[in-house]
Amino acid sequence: MSFFVALFDPSMPFVRNALLAGVLSSILFGVLGSVVTVKRIAGLAGAISHAVLGGIGLALFLAAKGILPGLPPIVGALVFAIIAAAIIGLVSLKAKQREDTVINALWAIGMSMGILFIAKTPGYADPMSYLFGNILLVSLGDLILLAVLDTIVIFLAWRGYFQLEASAFDEEFARIRGVPTDVVFLIILGITAVAVVVLQTFVGIVMVIAMLTLPAGTAGYFAKNLGGMMVIGSGLSLVFSILGLAVSWALDLPSGAVVVLVAGAVFLTVSAFRMRHKA
Amino acid sequence: MDNHPTIAVEFYKVNYFYSNLEVLTESSFHVHKGEFVALIGSNGSGKTTILRLIMGLARPDSGKVLIFGESPEKARGLVGYVPQYMNYDPAFPISVEEVVKMGRLEGLSRNCDSKRSLNASCPELETALELADVADLRYRPYKALSGGQRRRVMVARALASAPELLILDEPTANMDSESEERLFRVLGNLKQSTTILIATHDTAFVSSLTDVVLCVGQREGKLGGVLRHAAKPADHIPAGLYGGSALQVLHDTDLPDECCGSGLTMQDDRAVHTDQSAPGRKA
Repeated sequence: MSFFVALFDPSMPFVRNALLAGVLSSILFGVLGSVVTVKRIAGLAGAISHAVLGGIGLALFLAAKGILPGLPPIVGALVFAIIAAAIIGLVSLKAKQREDTVINALWAIGMSMGILFIAKTPGYADPMSYLFGNILLVSLGDLILLAVLDTIVIFLAWRGYFQLEASAFDEEFARIRGVPTDVVFLIILGITAVAVVVLQTFVGIVMVIAMLTLPAGTAGYFAKNLGGMMVIGSGLSLVFSILGLAVSWALDLPSGAVVVLVAGAVFLTVSAFRMRHKA
Repeated sequence: MDNHPTIAVEFYKVNYFYSNLEVLTESSFHVHKGEFVALIGSNGSGKTTILRLIMGLARPDSGKVLIFGESPEKARGLVGYVPQYMNYDPAFPISVEEVVKMGRLEGLSRNCDSKRSLNASCPELETALELADVADLRYRPYKALSGGQRRRVMVARALASAPELLILDEPTANMDSESEERLFRVLGNLKQSTTILIATHDTAFVSSLTDVVLCVGQREGKLGGVLRHAAKPADHIPAGLYGGSALQVLHDTDLPDECCGSGLTMQDDRAVHTDQSAPGRKA
């Protein structure tokens, strides 16, 4: 049965959920991804996303040990994401040197903690679905969370568009014009932290950063401004997601990895074409 | 300390340290409204620190900085700034018009002026594009411009807020002579209506538009002083090298800070003006 036939099969609601998750995620990948790309904070977003594994591991451990029974992993992920974003934000704003060392340390410590907690969790806990996502497990609750986050991100992008654009283009000038650039930066990091957690069901925490940069990076070659980059980035994400889902369904492959591979292949092809054109 | 309304910039006994390094020591100087000022000094002398203090991006360790009689933070709306360089991402998709619009930003507002949104155009934006000679480039991608064109776009962005004080940090760095001439033509059109302060590392010559030369740096073993120097026409310098004709800075002729106005700070081959009622005096 093809992916598109399965979509209309009443006995397979998870396929429709997967498609809806793809559509809703595309908006975040396009809009937030454009901001992450032009602000050049993909490395920071990567550190947050990887630190999240520590929270997932801790939540699984506490729930399995009966210390906090029924604690969902997403709560642990959210707590770790926000703590990581706060530390990274403060270090980026205050540290005069070795900022990258601290950020990489958080990246590594978060992942290591996650692996240790999962190893010590009684019963079977598979880190693979958290690391690489499993879109067929997307629940209605996940979809609602994604929709709420989409709405918040679209509103903030509209309301603070000129401030975002100015602080990404020339932060010092934006500050001179009265834009609270540090607050803008911390809000972006906070939203990215929450988005990473919500999006990890789709592509997993390892690859979420790829989807926050590749569609937006490809869109940057064609867009005339940040708004255009957001729209084109969302459109490309949607195409990559549907294509990735269909291919992974047809070939029985992990969907997150296929989506990222499609996005990566298109980005590299367009980049190579552009470079050749310029040379 | 004089809070006379005709004074655009006033530094009074300003001390500034960067870590333990003394950058400015007991620096006092002032600039009058409408003056064209060259702030000269070698690299690392403290010029950019002075600019950052004027824009309220840094605070003095002691002493006072007043911009149009107000604190630099309060006076930010009156200041337009053209940075020396920008940590610019060449892949950033943005048009010239959008860059210039940034000059109309005010905090979290989405408005260009009291009537119009930043999504639309507004008269100040049109004026800035015209004044900086970039109106024909408005829809071009910023990344597609030459270095000289980008610098004029930065001037337009600074002018978009209709500033009373325009600050340019090394405006002609890496510019060809044609672009330099065009930029100084733009600045010449703004002279009188706008106070202009140019920071440059060229300590020997300045543009002939200059009314006042302020020299920053080491003097008699003392770091971080700001001195007013005389200047005279430099006829032997080929026209165009300094965006037009040039003045030679006379580092051996200090002028007291109380000596104000173009007629008092410039020296020609005949004499140094010392008469307080000399023509050109602005305050």
